[in-house]
Amino acid sequence: MCEDCGCGDAELVPIDVHERILAGNDKLAAHLREHFVEAHVLAINLMGSPGAGKTAVLEQTARATRNLRLGAVSGDLATDRDAQRLRAAGITASSITTGSACHLDAKLVHDALHDLCLAASPVLARGVDGRGLPPAPADSPGGRRCAPPDRLGSWRELDVFFIENVGNLVCPAIYDLGQAANVVALSVTEGEDKPLKYPVMFRRADLVLLTKIDLLPHLDVDVAAIRDALAHVMPEPRVIAVSGKTGQGIGEWLAWLEARRP
Amino acid sequence: MHEYSIVASLVDRVDEIAATRPGAIVRKLHVRIGELAGVEIDLLQTAFATFRERTVCDRADLAIEAVPAVWRCKSCGRDIPAGTVLRCCQQPARLVSGDDIILERVEMEVRDV
Repeated sequence: MCEDCGCGDAELVPIDVHERILAGNDKLAAHLREHFVEAHVLAINLMGSPGAGKTAVLEQTARATRNLRLGAVSGDLATDRDAQRLRAAGITASSITTGSACHLDAKLVHDALHDLCLAASPVLARGVDGRGLPPAPADSPGGRRCAPPDRLGSWRELDVFFIENVGNLVCPAIYDLGQAANVVALSVTEGEDKPLKYPVMFRRADLVLLTKIDLLPHLDVDVAAIRDALAHVMPEPRVIAVSGKTGQGIGEWLAWLEARRP
Repeated sequence: MHEYSIVASLVDRVDEIAATRPGAIVRKLHVRIGELAGVEIDLLQTAFATFRERTVCDRADLAIEAVPAVWRCKSCGRDIPAGTVLRCCQQPARLVSGDDIILERVEMEVRDV
């Protein structure tokens, strides 16, 4: 109401919206998803607790594959150590240092993708017929910002692109990154009831990689109990037991990836 | 945690809506948060109270409706109770509600001149 003469009654007007609050992220994620599919790149959102073994699994994957060209972006609050390890294993990798953000979002992934320079690596250099891959055209997205000695190339030349999310079982599940599948690394050291404590994360998992199985002889863990817990939070539990140390189960994981390539 | 980023997205959207009614004051936001959306309602309230300052929402209240997770059988249609195996009729259950984060409505105070 107007303070001077009492005119102008305030009226409360409701405006219907009915929109997802994260619609902005979803839209960019959908855009990324289209790009990945069109470029025949399998994008995997790899999540899990800090220390679950995400980086170790990727290192083993790079060692085990004969033909897949792998790329990755590693998200962490601090350091780029994960990306360094991946590059040492032959995966083209860059890092996203999030500072205090507990998750990656579509914008961070989009920007990292376009800045990913395909450095010469054993996996890439092999090419399909043993010869080196041809250089991408000068104006190809992702190639422009690469300076020599990085070979001009783009993420489109990859077969699988791993988004190694921030180690966290809470926040990353909420943000669509344009991935083809969500993979959650769950270590046998985390406790049999871990899935029950994080239903939001495990519901969204297309695959659970049960990691560090080489440690089972030293633990009192009942793997059947872990599978049972997963059945209470995942309608279609799919589990592959792996060891990032010995390589056990990595073949089955590679086959799972191959079957999903667009 | 990520509740801050959700408030940021919420405020940005409300800003766009408020711009269509110049001079109006945002008084209330109605939001629905699913049980399996991964958002902690108390944290969202706290984040909103903190980060609405100096934004178009700084005089707005946030009303949050919690939406329970409902799992249903794709075949026989029965509701599958929480805490049980998410399968029925030899099929995976379907989540019919409870994983969304929705801005339902914005109430704006408009002054007649």
